[in-house]
Amino acid sequence: MKIILNNTETELNYSQITVKELLVIKKFTFKMLVIKINDKLVKNEEYANALIHNGDKVDVIHLISGG
Amino acid sequence: MIDFKTILSAKCVGIAGCGGLGSNCAVALARVGIGKLIIADFDEVTESNLNRQYFFLHQIGQKKVDALKENIRLINPIVTIEVHPIKLIPENIITLFKTCDVIVEAFDFADQKQMLIETVLSDMTGKPLVSGVGLAGWGDSNAIKVKRINNLYICGDATKEVSEEMPPLAPRVGIVANMQANVVLEILLK
Repeated sequence: MKIILNNTETELNYSQITVKELLVIKKFTFKMLVIKINDKLVKNEEYANALIHNGDKVDVIHLISGG
Repeated sequence: MIDFKTILSAKCVGIAGCGGLGSNCAVALARVGIGKLIIADFDEVTESNLNRQYFFLHQIGQKKVDALKENIRLINPIVTIEVHPIKLIPENIITLFKTCDVIVEAFDFADQKQMLIETVLSDMTGKPLVSGVGLAGWGDSNAIKVKRINNLYICGDATKEVSEEMPPLAPRVGIVANMQANVVLEILLK
């Protein structure tokens, strides 16, 4: 399937995947992430269940700690 | 010439976390005459805080929110300050900051920052949120920027994680904290 990941067209060899699986595939390892699918926020506790489908716009914003 | 003083005196800003980022940001906003600050932090002032946080030697042991309120009172007594010496969780974030025009996210730990950002983005839609990140070490001033995604503004250096070799220090922390205050003004004076 094709998705738009952080404004870039990205090809994935799956018909659908969860957010958690996407993070593993794309090696997004930062501790703090803000994730949106089609501009709707996906919370941390939903990562294992939230599904990404063909044509979805996915934003993964990684942030690091502050003070 | 925009009458920014009158506009700001009618605005309210929430400050989540009164450490290096929060205390410096709050002071900057107080200096320019923000009407009200709602400040929250469960912590107390310790000696190790003084290398970057807006507190003084005689305040060690005091609740940060109380010490910060006192410091602001000595700078600009007209600012209304509401203090909350509590740990923030999703439920109280929404209640406490409901009346704020902008929220400043100034926590240190990543999981706390994520919790607040997610709460505001999903349960307080439309509320501008200014987050401060990656302020460790010294030098590399040009790496400190503002990144905007709709109502979320991220100030800081996206690469410098805090560690023992790279602790947060006054200069760089101050840049990010004041950048946050500057972004707050930009939002309020639009």
